[in-house]
This record gives sequence, C-alpha cells and structure tokens, in this order.
Amino acid sequence: MIEVKGINKSFGDNHVLHDIDCVFEPGSPNLVIGASGSGKTTLCKCIVGLFSPDSGTISYDGRIFNQMGRNEKKEIRKEIGFLFQGSALFDYLTVEENIKFPLQMFSDMTPLEMQKRAEFCLERVGLDGANKLMPSELSGGMKKRVGIARAISYRPKYLFCDEPNSGLDPQTAILIDKLIKDITVDFNITTIVITHDMNSVLEIGERLAFIHKGKLLWTGSNDEVLSADCFELTDFIYASTTMKQLRKQHQQ
Amino acid sequence: MKTLFHIGRYALFIKRVFERPERGKVYWRLFIDEAYKLGVNSLGIIIIISGFMGMVITIQTASQIEGGWIPPYTVGYTTRQSIILEFSPTMLALILAGKIGSNIASELGTMRVTEQIDALEIMGINSAGYLVFPKIIAFMFIMPFLVMLSMFVGIYFGYVICELSNIITPAQYIYGVQDDFRPFDIVYALTKSVVFAFIITTISAYHGYYASGSALEVGKASTRAVVFSSIVVLIFNYLITQMLLT
Repeated sequence: MIEVKGINKSFGDNHVLHDIDCVFEPGSPNLVIGASGSGKTTLCKCIVGLFSPDSGTISYDGRIFNQMGRNEKKEIRKEIGFLFQGSALFDYLTVEENIKFPLQMFSDMTPLEMQKRAEFCLERVGLDGANKLMPSELSGGMKKRVGIARAISYRPKYLFCDEPNSGLDPQTAILIDKLIKDITVDFNITTIVITHDMNSVLEIGERLAFIHKGKLLWTGSNDEVLSADCFELTDFIYASTTMKQLRKQHQQ
Repeated sequence: MKTLFHIGRYALFIKRVFERPERGKVYWRLFIDEAYKLGVNSLGIIIIISGFMGMVITIQTASQIEGGWIPPYTVGYTTRQSIILEFSPTMLALILAGKIGSNIASELGTMRVTEQIDALEIMGINSAGYLVFPKIIAFMFIMPFLVMLSMFVGIYFGYVICELSNIITPAQYIYGVQDDFRPFDIVYALTKSVVFAFIITTISAYHGYYASGSALEVGKASTRAVVFSSIVVLIFNYLITQMLLT
C-alpha cells in the first residue's frame, strides 16, 4: 500500500500539486486520471522520488520514503517497477538484456536463472521469441510490453505506469490495460496508472483518483464515475462525443 | 553566478560518479566496452592525423633552417620535441574532445531526454556512476597508449618524408630524433594526457547528463561539451606546463 499525505509541489511560482491525500491499495490497478497538465505525472514522479515534494509524506507500507537517505531509498526503489510513457528501454541493449538488467544489478541469480526469468516475463507480456531484437526494431506497443516485462522482472511490490496507452491503437491499448490488470491481480502488487484515456478508466478503473489543476477532487470506482457529483470530473469525462452518447444511455 | 552554479553542480556530479558502485562485475564489463569504444575506435583518426602532422612538421622545420647555419639534424630534434611535448598530448586531446566529447554528451543527453536515466534512478541505480565512471576510467587508461601511438606515428612519418624527399637524409633525421633525449618529456606528456582524458570525459558527461528538453537541446549540450572541454584542456595545458617544465 502506498499512502500520500498532504503533498505539495511547486516549480518556481507554479504551484503544481496542492495538498494531495490519497491511498493506493494493492490487488487492483489504481488509476490517477485528469487532463494534460493537471499534475498527474508530477504526483507520480514525487511518489517514486524523481521529484522531492515541498511538504507532505509518501509512505510505502508504512515506510516514509521522502524522509529517507539515499541508501534507504535505494532499497525501496528495488521494489518498484516503472513503465515510462516512452518506454525508456536502454537503446544499446537487446530486449532480453533490458529485462535482465535489474536482475544483473541486484539479484544473486545464476545466468541460467536470469535467462529463465527473462523468458517468463517475455511470455507473460506475449512477446516470446523477441529476445534478440533491439528496441529500435520494435513497434510502440511492443516497446510498452517490453517495458512492462522489464518492470516486473525483479518481482516488484509497486508498479507505476505513466500513460501506458499513449500513442497506441485502441486494440493494443486494450491489450496493455488487460496486461497491467492481470499482472496486478496475479502478483497482488500496488499498481498506479497515470492516464487520461477514458477507455482505460472504464476497462480497469476499479479505483480512481481524479486530479484537476493539482488538486485531488474525487476518488471512486468506474461504476461510480459516470454519475459522479463533481463538475470538473463530468466535464473531463464527457468531453468526447462517444462519452456523451454513453452519458445519454446511462441517464436513460 | 551561473558559472559558480555550474562549478558547484559539476563538483557534486563528480562526487556522485565516484560513489561506491552497485556491482563491480557489471562495471568491469562496461570498462572493457568503453575502452574499446573510446580507444580502439579512435585509432584510425589518430594514425591519419599524427602521420600527416609528423610529415608537415618535418617539412616546415626543414624549410626554416635552409642556409647552413643550423645543422640539418635539428629537423629530427624539432619534430620529436614538437610531437612529444605538444602535438601528441595536447592537439590530440583537442581533436578527441571533438570526437569523444560530443559522442559522450550526445549519448548521455539522448538517454536523459528519453528518460533512460530516470529509469536507472527509479531502479535504485546511481545513474551518474553507472554511466560515467566506466567512461572516465577507460579513457584515462587508454589515452596514454593513444598518445604514445601518436608520438610513434608522427615521428615515423617524419622519417618517411625524409626517405621520400631530399629535405635531409634519413640518417640525419634519426640522429636528430635521438639527440639530447630526456625521458622526463615522455612523463610530462603522459601526465598531461591522463589529466586531459579526465577533463574531456567529465565535462562532456556533465553537459550530456544535465541536458533537458528535446533533441535540439542534446545538440546544444554536445556543442557546449566540446567548447568547454577544449577551453579547460588549454588552461590545464598551461598550468601543467608551468608546474612541470619551469
């Protein structure tokens, strides 16, 4: 479980996050939703320690992360898997080497065990046989899947996905959403997905947190989201024609 | 103020680079890769430049001493001294600041803008140490060999041009090359080469590591890396010369 309490973050005069309080539970994906520029990614980067919050606390299963020294943080970071928006695969390594990378740096596995783990992760994301490909040879969807495979290779307790569906076709986006959900449920990990994709919200959004202009305005589930009593959220949800039609159906 | 900010951040960056590595075995493999990439891949340019410079220095020196007052073997002596004291350690460092400096800055800059460095940080890896430490050590290790190769090639091609033309006889050239040789000159040159290797790798890595924004910024970081490492190489060239030769 990840608990965020009273997080504030500013860049110069720009106050990006205002007193965010939120709890992210394990076992099903926690989606942080909001429009572009609302502060979702900043919140995510504060939680993983890429940005230091100006005030507030972030705790991983009771361990207060943002008050730890660098070496203590390292131990928690080994428990974190992160899927970047652009995948951030290491260009100079093959798919297999990318997945083995955290294992080589931290585990005491033998080369054979690492090989088996890499093959398991690749199979899990449906890319068995792609071991020797370079990242430049992969499509956007494949890169995301390799990113997920790398993120789960060292058996993380916490998984972060920053805009996992950006730039993907709807079919691949559904595949990635399903994959994130399955991994979260199967391994019982705490997953935080940053997204503004309404399909993801409806598909896998059992726990939602809506951020607007740096403020957490609403939390709930995908069952409640269509009838939420929050003007900014309804404005965000019903921005697209498809969603407007869905609203009509819902009201009928 | 901006200069002080960069000096301070550079010092903190160097401190992070030299922190205890996560896993020595991985770093050893990276060291070998970097030594190959930075050293072996530079052999071609070093041989070509050193060869031509050796020939040009020999011809220019010979053309200056026509008239009989100065003995012909001075050509060999001057070529050797020019190459050992200045061309091979300093000029080569400036050339490699362009080749290797831009390579390091653009590699790290690209990793920064594509979030690969953030990925390393999130995994709990000291990204500065992992990415930069092997480059520094590899280049400091390989640079003296490159400089010695450059010295040999430069002096040898001076000999070749004496064989091919009649500026002076090869025997006079060889006599000049051997005349009044001081082994300390080699120590001085190699000391400079190690210091220059450190300067080129760390300044270039600093500019690449802190690149931000887009691909355009990576290009700018690469240019800054070459400009600043060249200037600092020249400043340290003066300081080391002042310390060791006076």
